[in-house]
Amino acid sequence: MNYQFTVNGQSRDVDVHPDTPLLWVLRDHLELDGTKYGCGRALCGACTVHVEGEAVRACSYPVHLADGKAVQTIEGLESNAVGRAVVDAWIDEEVVQCGWCQPGQCMSAAALLKEVQDPDDEAIDAAMSGNLCRCGTYPRIRKAIKTAAKSLRGGTGR
Amino acid sequence: MSTKTTAQHTRRQFLKGIAASGMVLGLSFGSPLRALALAADGELPAEFQPNAFLRIGSDGVVTIYAKHDEMGQGIHTGLAIAICEELEIDVDQVTVLSAPAGVAYANSAYRVQVTGGSTSTWSSFDQMRSAGAVAREMLIAAAAKRWGVDRAACVAKNGTVQRVGSATRLTYGELAADAAKGVVPTEVPLKDRGDFTRIGKPTPRVDSPDKVRGIAKFSLDQRAPGMLTAMVARCPYFGGKLHSCDDSAALRISGVKKIVRVPSGVAVIAVDYWTAYKAREALQIKWKAGRGGALDSERLREHYVAKSKTKGMVARADGDVDAALAAAEKRIEATYEVPFQAHAPMEPLSCMVTLQDDGGAHIVTGSQMLGADHPAAAARLGVPMDKVKFTNSYLGGGFGRRANHQSDFVLEALEVALAAKSLQAPIKTVWAREDDLRGGWYRPMYVNAITAGIDDGKIVAWRHRVVGQSIAKGTPFEPLIIQNGIDGLSVEGAADMPHGIPNLQVELHTVSLPVSVLWWRSVGHSNTAFAKESFLDECAAAAGRDPYQLRRELLAGHPRWLRVLDLAAKKAGWGSPLADGVGRGISVHESFKGFAAHVIEASVENGQPRIHRIVCAIDCGLVVNPDQVESQLQSAAVFALSATLGSEITFTDGLVDQSNFHDFQIVRMHECPEIEVHIVESNDAMGGIGEVGVPGIASATCSAIHAATGKRIRKLPIGDQLA
Repeated sequence: MNYQFTVNGQSRDVDVHPDTPLLWVLRDHLELDGTKYGCGRALCGACTVHVEGEAVRACSYPVHLADGKAVQTIEGLESNAVGRAVVDAWIDEEVVQCGWCQPGQCMSAAALLKEVQDPDDEAIDAAMSGNLCRCGTYPRIRKAIKTAAKSLRGGTGR
Repeated sequence: MSTKTTAQHTRRQFLKGIAASGMVLGLSFGSPLRALALAADGELPAEFQPNAFLRIGSDGVVTIYAKHDEMGQGIHTGLAIAICEELEIDVDQVTVLSAPAGVAYANSAYRVQVTGGSTSTWSSFDQMRSAGAVAREMLIAAAAKRWGVDRAACVAKNGTVQRVGSATRLTYGELAADAAKGVVPTEVPLKDRGDFTRIGKPTPRVDSPDKVRGIAKFSLDQRAPGMLTAMVARCPYFGGKLHSCDDSAALRISGVKKIVRVPSGVAVIAVDYWTAYKAREALQIKWKAGRGGALDSERLREHYVAKSKTKGMVARADGDVDAALAAAEKRIEATYEVPFQAHAPMEPLSCMVTLQDDGGAHIVTGSQMLGADHPAAAARLGVPMDKVKFTNSYLGGGFGRRANHQSDFVLEALEVALAAKSLQAPIKTVWAREDDLRGGWYRPMYVNAITAGIDDGKIVAWRHRVVGQSIAKGTPFEPLIIQNGIDGLSVEGAADMPHGIPNLQVELHTVSLPVSVLWWRSVGHSNTAFAKESFLDECAAAAGRDPYQLRRELLAGHPRWLRVLDLAAKKAGWGSPLADGVGRGISVHESFKGFAAHVIEASVENGQPRIHRIVCAIDCGLVVNPDQVESQLQSAAVFALSATLGSEITFTDGLVDQSNFHDFQIVRMHECPEIEVHIVESNDAMGGIGEVGVPGIASATCSAIHAATGKRIRKLPIGDQLA
């Protein structure tokens, strides 16, 4: 089946089986490998992308649902102020260890910061508990989200 | 400048040696090493590469070849800091690449190319500094010659050589060609510790920006033109085998290229992941369970506990433990149990193989142990090692799983490629999460029985029996690790405890099972420290002693243990009042030449444990990058907390009960407490970091819960035991 949608603002056309998860369309067909596979069952969040601005787990999001919609991946995250603030904060706070889960963490954090300007610990827990990190970078993720929020509020983001 | 080091070869000899040793070219960094090999034959203008660890191009690009694999521990940055300190250039001015397979990159502690055992920093520190210092001295010599001055009139600074007392300077790039003509010095001065400007300072990781932006290449991200994807249906029973396979439905799926039998099962090769996944689901397979069909965790547990009541092989015997136990005024005993654990790195395993016309192969993966994978692959192909090229990627977590002494995922991918040779395509064999969790190579399940005798508030006798599988048995590491029938990994952390107990015996029962087992972050310590530290807490309670003070007394004369213990206790406010329902637990343990103490605050809410605060203190000797020491201690705490609270691998009727992150439960954001890390300023020998923070978490958590509720947890994970 043929599907058309935009990825990071660019129009894309793919011919795949309708049940193909968006994750594998992005990775295997569009070679956008920043979106990671971790569980295949929406349990770990490594594959988090935005569809029409909302965070979804691409491993469990059949491509047919994306037809005609706007998809944003980690490769396009820095196209907006929130995304830039998140990426900057992640680098400044030295969040990364192995790094496999971090694009998904950033996508979830950006979705949170678009909704909540000044998330408290409870809001961070609620938004981020679907994103696993086996390296245990959670304390620094929490800090980075607060740093990003602060920079956005203060207008110090790039 | 005080320390001296020796370099053996001239540059030319070195280059010839490297070319002959079969050090191979990688996809992403073929050109520098190709240049190196060609330069050895005088075919290209030399670029400056005085040793296997760094290269300076005449374009000014400084490239560092990291001998240790980057799996999150920040070692690429750490190795770069050590080199850059002596080379006199900032870390943000260099590029760090994963080294290919090659003898030059052997782990200095193990003599095999492997990243593990928390050895990376301490075992390579002087080697990396020397590598940087050699380059620095040769650049200075080149500048001195160019200017016709004494080398003492030249100084290296910020990627340049400067002429003392003048503004004249030459960049390393400008000097590279001349430096390459120099003789590699046999002795180079290393900087005094007091002169360090980079070592010991928090340094940003070299891999962060690319990883955050999704640009960094991990094994699963590697591609080649025409690449196909394979998934293997493996026997779900350990020691079982294929009975029959009907692949007709799978073959009808569009995009399936071939279905082949391999030693580990049936491999589906398709155009992409999703097609391979669906086709594998469509296989109609019958398995013969074999010996593993009877595996059952509850029955195993009964068997292990029964064993623990009998005498095992003696790993250590001080004094007369039986007599002392019999004579003690108070005798207590307890049994501690830990389950099988999966490493579950966030990036599942993968390995891409491209067979070459000359019988060799190019293998692209994410491995902690190319030193095993390289000869294993060459042996399987029946070719010399230089016909097998390895490219290592960033590892999306390792924790020991990617250091497989049988090279399981590499050899399996090779088997798939060989069985599907007719496709004439690069084939990437990939693992789903379910494959990872059910695929074995677990931390062994263990049962510990400990008995102590207490006289007048003091522990006078201690007998610790460990029951579990051997990790080293039947592997190439057996001669190194197994002594007199005792697998040192099974009793590490128990047989070497320095506590002042006059009658101390450690015994081992080694159990044989078809389940494959492997080192899991902190290896045997992950079990023994839980048992030892938990039981010390029970002894303190039985003796009416404060658990911190009892440890202080038992560890008299062991300053590194005491320093971390005291620091953690002080920073945590040991003894200060806590909120109602909250308890504190304490632990201290040595592993991998590092020392760590933990104080944990916990409570129980609605039948579930809640961890409020973790305070860690570590002494790993000289610190290279304090920011990454903090990261690793936080990481170790969360990793260990997962195994303490929720994760386990269990068996019912021969099958693994868990399959994915819903039933293999690791700590999530909302369960992660505040984790403070305090680093001891230490002039003592450098030690490990990455694993050192794991062993003490489980016991300190359970002791905190005991302090809060009076309930003692002796079996991990805690799960619903408090409900």
